[in-house]
Amino acid sequence: MLSIDKLHVKVTDKDILKGFTMDVKGGEVHAIMGPNGAGKSTLGSVLAGREAFEVTSGSVTFQGEDLLALEVDERAHKGVFLAFQYPVEIPGVSNMEFLKVSVDAMRQHRGLPAYSSMDFLKLARATSAELELDPSFLKRGVNEGFSGGEKKRNEILQMKLLEPSLCVLDETDSGLDIDALQTVAAGVNAMRSPDRAFIIITHYQRLLDFIEPDFVHVLLDGKIVKTGDKQLAKDLETKGYGWLEEEVA
Amino acid sequence: MSDFKQQVLALAARQEPPVWLQDVRARGAEYWSSLPWPNRRIEPWKYTPVSALEQQTFTDSKPVALSDWEDKLIPLDAYRLVFVNGIFAPQYSTELPAQVVRFADASAEQMTFIQTNLGRLASSAEHLFVAMNEATITDGVLLQVADNTRLDKPLYVVHLGAEVQPSLASARLLVHIGRSAQAEVIEHYLTRDAEQAGFLSSQSELILEENAHLYHYRLHLEDEKVTRVGGVFTELLRSSELRAFTLSKGAALLRNDYVIFHRGEGAHADLQGLYLPRNRQLVDYHTNVQHCVPHCTTNEVFRGIIGDSAKAVFNGRIHIHPDAQKTLAELSNKNLLTSNRAEIDTKPELEIYADDVRCAHGATVAQIDDEALYYLQTRGLNREQAHTILSFGFINELIEQVSNPLVAKYLLPQLATQFDLDEWYTSSAENALEKL
Repeated sequence: MLSIDKLHVKVTDKDILKGFTMDVKGGEVHAIMGPNGAGKSTLGSVLAGREAFEVTSGSVTFQGEDLLALEVDERAHKGVFLAFQYPVEIPGVSNMEFLKVSVDAMRQHRGLPAYSSMDFLKLARATSAELELDPSFLKRGVNEGFSGGEKKRNEILQMKLLEPSLCVLDETDSGLDIDALQTVAAGVNAMRSPDRAFIIITHYQRLLDFIEPDFVHVLLDGKIVKTGDKQLAKDLETKGYGWLEEEVA
Repeated sequence: MSDFKQQVLALAARQEPPVWLQDVRARGAEYWSSLPWPNRRIEPWKYTPVSALEQQTFTDSKPVALSDWEDKLIPLDAYRLVFVNGIFAPQYSTELPAQVVRFADASAEQMTFIQTNLGRLASSAEHLFVAMNEATITDGVLLQVADNTRLDKPLYVVHLGAEVQPSLASARLLVHIGRSAQAEVIEHYLTRDAEQAGFLSSQSELILEENAHLYHYRLHLEDEKVTRVGGVFTELLRSSELRAFTLSKGAALLRNDYVIFHRGEGAHADLQGLYLPRNRQLVDYHTNVQHCVPHCTTNEVFRGIIGDSAKAVFNGRIHIHPDAQKTLAELSNKNLLTSNRAEIDTKPELEIYADDVRCAHGATVAQIDDEALYYLQTRGLNREQAHTILSFGFINELIEQVSNPLVAKYLLPQLATQFDLDEWYTSSAENALEKL
């Protein structure tokens, strides 16, 4: 589904990703771990198409297409979804309207009819309930005054409604308490399917207790230096990244 | 003397006003003749060209026959007075309660009140277009709410422009809210269609006695050829509260002055405004809040979106006099420019002569937030859609705070039209949400 080959990325003249390579097949869950500044969030931003990031070499192929050639919204239409580490507040635009217009845009590009307002409303309310997000959040401004955990659940709500094929979760677990973490994990697990893949960027092994990854990659200084299974995440939790840094050196 | 000044004086000479208003008219005519015509060297008009007035020949306003325009009204259960081209139109107005009277029908007592108070807050010696208004005054609306009572329905004053030839008119409103009394007043300005190009000077004076509460709206929703210069002048006595909202879509010239005098301790003024000029329109808000006594508060928020080759002027003055200790005053003005030909001249002016006060002011001019734009694009919206929705959100934040839900509901689709969001708005899930 996704093939990233020797990707080099610069942000304001600083090299962040330095030969990042990864293959993701449908149905797989990949966890990417690494210390601060290793380039984890950059990966998410590059996949989503953020402007400030300059790809200097390498390629990203998504379902046979050159992903890097597409605009941000085109990537979304093709099925790429990024759950933001810091979701943006948009006062004055209700969450409900935002969700409807996003889902409408997505369905239009997939050749599907738009939901009627009533049908969509029911769907949005039911999905919110699954994520234990009070329906009153649908009426409020997008992420406006939401707590950290509410913002993250709102990201997962969008992910469920937009039905992407590649879900990139950028530190979705940061700042969540155990209950919220389980709710978010249950939301993700319910979406797992053979034609959908997940890239889970995280600091903590904790999330991986609830979402079982097929692969765990360690990102150090812009490259994957080690790949393993969920045991690797447990080792990192107890040993930290120091031993890997020595190994690489 | 400018041609427009001459046209106004000629109109005044042709009018047949009530005798008891002649002193006011004479005073107005005098200042109208002697005060200087706006130009770039006069500070309050520095950024506001009045060429739209100089280039036009106006006729006297006349009553016209109308059909099918009432769907443009806000569906309020209200006491309604409709003026067409500045002339009272009883056929569109409702029965009036004892608290509301037109100047033309005033009793001797009411005449005395008007004579004593008209122009007390809106000074024709200082404001050229108040002088114009006085010079041509023939009618007006007086609202008096007795102590400890409440006007049971909003007073809804509608000014419809529907003239065939551009005409000159003036409108006047005098509001007196008694001690611990309460009322809601909605001034609504509109046009029949895009052809109206007349001039209206609409001046309102609001007097709030101790502990009085007033909700006041001034909504300028005319088509873009009109010229309007007006003002709202308020006096707040002890512990009284004004909640004011104003909106200007944009026109050839659309200038409003808001002047607030805090003259009793503990008074509060809340003033929110929106302006949305497009094409080659011009909107100007000059606000002037005078804190004369201690313990008063002001919260003033104006936002604007300026598109195409339009221009907006915002001047927000807060003056804190030496006695006005413990004043709390905030002024915020945020602007979005959606074209590189659009212009905003914004100027907060704080003059503080007391030492124990808290004052904050800020003015920003910005493009749309890139981060929010990116966020919306990752959710499948194209750049243009994202842009439009963010602009709408910027404005809607203030509409959400409008206290009368019927007014908010009326304004929203109009704004959606302004932002080409009709389709989005009518299919919006928000509407469905409301029905549950």
